[in-house]
Amino acid sequence: MNAWLNRYIGAPTLFGLMGLALVLVGVLQSWSLALTIAIYCVIGAIMALGLNVQWGYAGLFNVGLMGFAALGGIAAVLVSMPPTPEAWQAGGSGIIASVLLSLATLAVALLVYKRMRRGRARMWAMVLILLGGYLITRQFFDPAVELIEAVNPAATGYLGGAGLPIMLSWVVGGFFAAGAAWLIGKITLGLRSDYLAIATLGIAEIILSVLRFEEWLTRGVNNVNGLPRPLPQEIDLQQTAWVQEWALRLGTTVPDLASITVKLGYLGLALGVLLLLFWLAQSAIHSPWGRMMRAIRDNETAAEAMGKDVTGRHLQVFVLGSAIIGVAGAMLVTIDGQFTPNAYNPLRFTFLIWVMVIVGGSGNNLGAILGGFLIWFFWVQAEPIGLWFMDVVTGTLPAESWLRAHLLEGAAHIRLMVMGMILLLVLRFRPHGLIPERSERPHSLWR
Amino acid sequence: MSFLIAAHMTGGYGGSDILHDCTIAVEQGQIAVIVGPNGAGKSTAMKAIFGLLNLRHGQVRFNGEDIGALSPQQRVLKGMGFVPQTHNVFTSMSVEENLEMGAFIRRDDIRHSLEQVYALFPVLKEKRRQPAGQLSGGQRQQVAVGRALMTQPKLLMLDEPTAGVSPIVMDELFDRIIEVARSGIAILMVEQNARQALHIADKGYVLVQGSNRYTDSGAALLANPEVRRTFLGG
Amino acid sequence: MEDILNALALLTNFVLLPAAAYGSQLALGALGVTLVYGILRFSNFAHGDTMAFGTMIAILFTWWLQAQGVNLGFLPTALLAIPFAVLATVAFVLLCDRWVYRYHRVKKAPAVVFLICSVGVMFLLNGIVRFVIGPGEQHFADGERFIFTVVQFREFTGLEQGVSFRTSQALTLVSALLIVVALFWFLERTRTGKSMRAYSDNENLALLSGINPDRVVLITWVLAAALATVAGVLYGLDKGFRPFTYFQLLLPIFAAAIVGGLGSPLGAIAGGFIVAFSEVLLTYAWRRVFEYLGPEGWAPEGLMQLLSTDYKFAVSFVILVLVLLIRPTGLFGGKSV
Repeated sequence: MNAWLNRYIGAPTLFGLMGLALVLVGVLQSWSLALTIAIYCVIGAIMALGLNVQWGYAGLFNVGLMGFAALGGIAAVLVSMPPTPEAWQAGGSGIIASVLLSLATLAVALLVYKRMRRGRARMWAMVLILLGGYLITRQFFDPAVELIEAVNPAATGYLGGAGLPIMLSWVVGGFFAAGAAWLIGKITLGLRSDYLAIATLGIAEIILSVLRFEEWLTRGVNNVNGLPRPLPQEIDLQQTAWVQEWALRLGTTVPDLASITVKLGYLGLALGVLLLLFWLAQSAIHSPWGRMMRAIRDNETAAEAMGKDVTGRHLQVFVLGSAIIGVAGAMLVTIDGQFTPNAYNPLRFTFLIWVMVIVGGSGNNLGAILGGFLIWFFWVQAEPIGLWFMDVVTGTLPAESWLRAHLLEGAAHIRLMVMGMILLLVLRFRPHGLIPERSERPHSLWR
Repeated sequence: MSFLIAAHMTGGYGGSDILHDCTIAVEQGQIAVIVGPNGAGKSTAMKAIFGLLNLRHGQVRFNGEDIGALSPQQRVLKGMGFVPQTHNVFTSMSVEENLEMGAFIRRDDIRHSLEQVYALFPVLKEKRRQPAGQLSGGQRQQVAVGRALMTQPKLLMLDEPTAGVSPIVMDELFDRIIEVARSGIAILMVEQNARQALHIADKGYVLVQGSNRYTDSGAALLANPEVRRTFLGG
Repeated sequence: MEDILNALALLTNFVLLPAAAYGSQLALGALGVTLVYGILRFSNFAHGDTMAFGTMIAILFTWWLQAQGVNLGFLPTALLAIPFAVLATVAFVLLCDRWVYRYHRVKKAPAVVFLICSVGVMFLLNGIVRFVIGPGEQHFADGERFIFTVVQFREFTGLEQGVSFRTSQALTLVSALLIVVALFWFLERTRTGKSMRAYSDNENLALLSGINPDRVVLITWVLAAALATVAGVLYGLDKGFRPFTYFQLLLPIFAAAIVGGLGSPLGAIAGGFIVAFSEVLLTYAWRRVFEYLGPEGWAPEGLMQLLSTDYKFAVSFVILVLVLLIRPTGLFGGKSV
């Protein structure tokens, strides 16, 4: 059965089916909705691609995806929002002082670590330095933060950004994520896969906490709305002549057409990024570097014995994969037009993307992308379908029935259950995913 | 009919065969030793007898019964004891707990067996509350053998019991093995230290490339000039 | 003298008691995780939501009992519901093993596959719990809330600062103690318990010794489910029940298990308290304590809070990462990284 599936239902067919599903949505529900779904599918696919680079090339189980996506998101804010001059005046110097002090503390600690001999004395020295440095830094940091957050808290209350074009953040976001990944990777790579999973989950949680609570930098849970848009706004488009003309010709309303046009624009941008990244990833895997990565993945001990710097290579892969995720995070915030730290929910985000990777084809870039499309599509559509299903099922019950109300409410949660079932079923019956890795040897995990 | 007879064993771990028509037999109270160069298939032969790998051809009869279809655990129930070469004790558990676990399949009172093992290996009685992982290599081997003895086996199989222990400890261990054999238990041993092992062996099997090359009593093999030249260093 | 007592009262009320209760809850959770890791050799990401599931069943049962007019006097009715909740959770968990994990166990899949499976189970449980009881907060505690209140304490001692001792805290401490003692007795003194330790120590040798792996797996799941349910109910009685919180607890629980050494029950308990106390100590505002302990009239500037309470969860992760870097086998030398 698996062989048959492999032969006759290849990637093109599955993608074609996906496209068909989107078209159906357009026809049955609305084109605007179909395009929105498509856009998020693409972004999800990019994230899945990033994860897959880490998993497929190096067998790294990164559950901290959320953190890297959020870093990309905050890049969008920090790059594009206008700076708040009063805030900078009030607390800017304090913040800069704090940053310098922290760096100094770390530098001194590092120096002590390298210069002193191993032992209790060194440990205590480092603890004291770090603690002392922390307390001193807080002396500058706390008042600065208070002042900054006091500046017009309803609208700003934070330092603001650089006021640069927002598309730049797609690159900057990648760098932010890459930087964090390098730091985290240096510390945690070399751990066994489930330890790595827990460590990365924890680090994501820390990143998220910082983004949520350091309001002077990110506005925290007040969110950042009204991010500058790279494409024209729908409202503006509605005023233009050609939109109004075409609306008449196609028989749709002006707002609808405007919305569709804008969304097509975003979809185009997103697809462009996806294709570029996919091409880069595929080139990498077929390059000598990629071959070496696969050799390491398939037999780590042998590779190490041959003198390959396994941890170093893993770090490279970790950084690259995270950079991709950062780019996707920036794209997400750009398209949403707002930065909402509380939206980064590990269930929604991290684990959903993992389901994408596993279902689509573990270790296979194309598979990850397909998985991204499929799973996101399902996740979004599951709620209305579930509601519809519940409606049908409970149709026989009286309208005021508690059970009916409860079941309808719960329809949304059914998709969590179904997502779980899908993951388990795929792991059991088709562990290679829908598009298994097409290489000489299957992924070493499921030999 | 020998107590244990593994006849014409042919097989391996899956790909190619390691054993080629190999035959091993042991009597009760006898010490049989399997020696040979590296890669000769000594451990493989023992594992085949214990059921840790499947034979393509050959038969294993124990105490008159064909046990070829039985799993290793079932063979333990039939009276086979097996001491693996490595990882043969529960390092985090005390010596006494190790022995208790050895007797796990038994439902009767094990205190008598415990005393017997302590009598055989007095140092274990001394250290019975210590975690087995803290003992020296030789002492650990004693725990490993004691553990296997707790099942009251009729055949005790040891896979390179003296690997990595000092010569004095090796002598001690062999002394104990002789005592065990004297109590009527059949012993089958794979050994790297061929010379010393053949000294205490009633029967010796020299395996080369998975087949029997020389089969004779231990003393005879030691005296055999061919054997001495090729395996015992002259 | 009185100042010192006041400072002590403050510490007891805001640090000692809450951290001890939280530590016990984490310890029970970490015990479940560490048992599964030690014996089944994988990190069970579904444990937090298993706790939520068990607590959910207990809550439903408690509501039913309350509706029937049953109550336990000054103890919460939920205690009566616990046995049934445990049974239900055990049943669910065993079904999961039968339908999900066993297949991969037979195929000798690497640990990562089990981890991903547990993520699937986690999704499933998440959906089930939210579907049945909703994602919002649920209250089900009844009976006397306090063993003694702040006011009672102040009246009794005449101190300025009071200490309150909640029933839920007392319950947590007592139950945790009883359970831990029982668990250790089981593992150290019974044949079955020893066989489980043996299986955890050296699987092949355990099989050779005739230890039945299916039985060991069964008992492990039963214990894990029971521990999860009790931990979940105690936590819910103490701090209220909200499904998402239980997922979040996964991380401090894993931190606790890893700090103590994965696979070591003693480590799980120690780890639970270490994580709990660190969290509380680092986020507590020490100002008033210093006011009492310092010279007359002197008051420190600011709250003297090392970390804001928002970073509560970050504390356990930092501890976790530190342990993984410095001593990956944990305090009590569990399975190595």
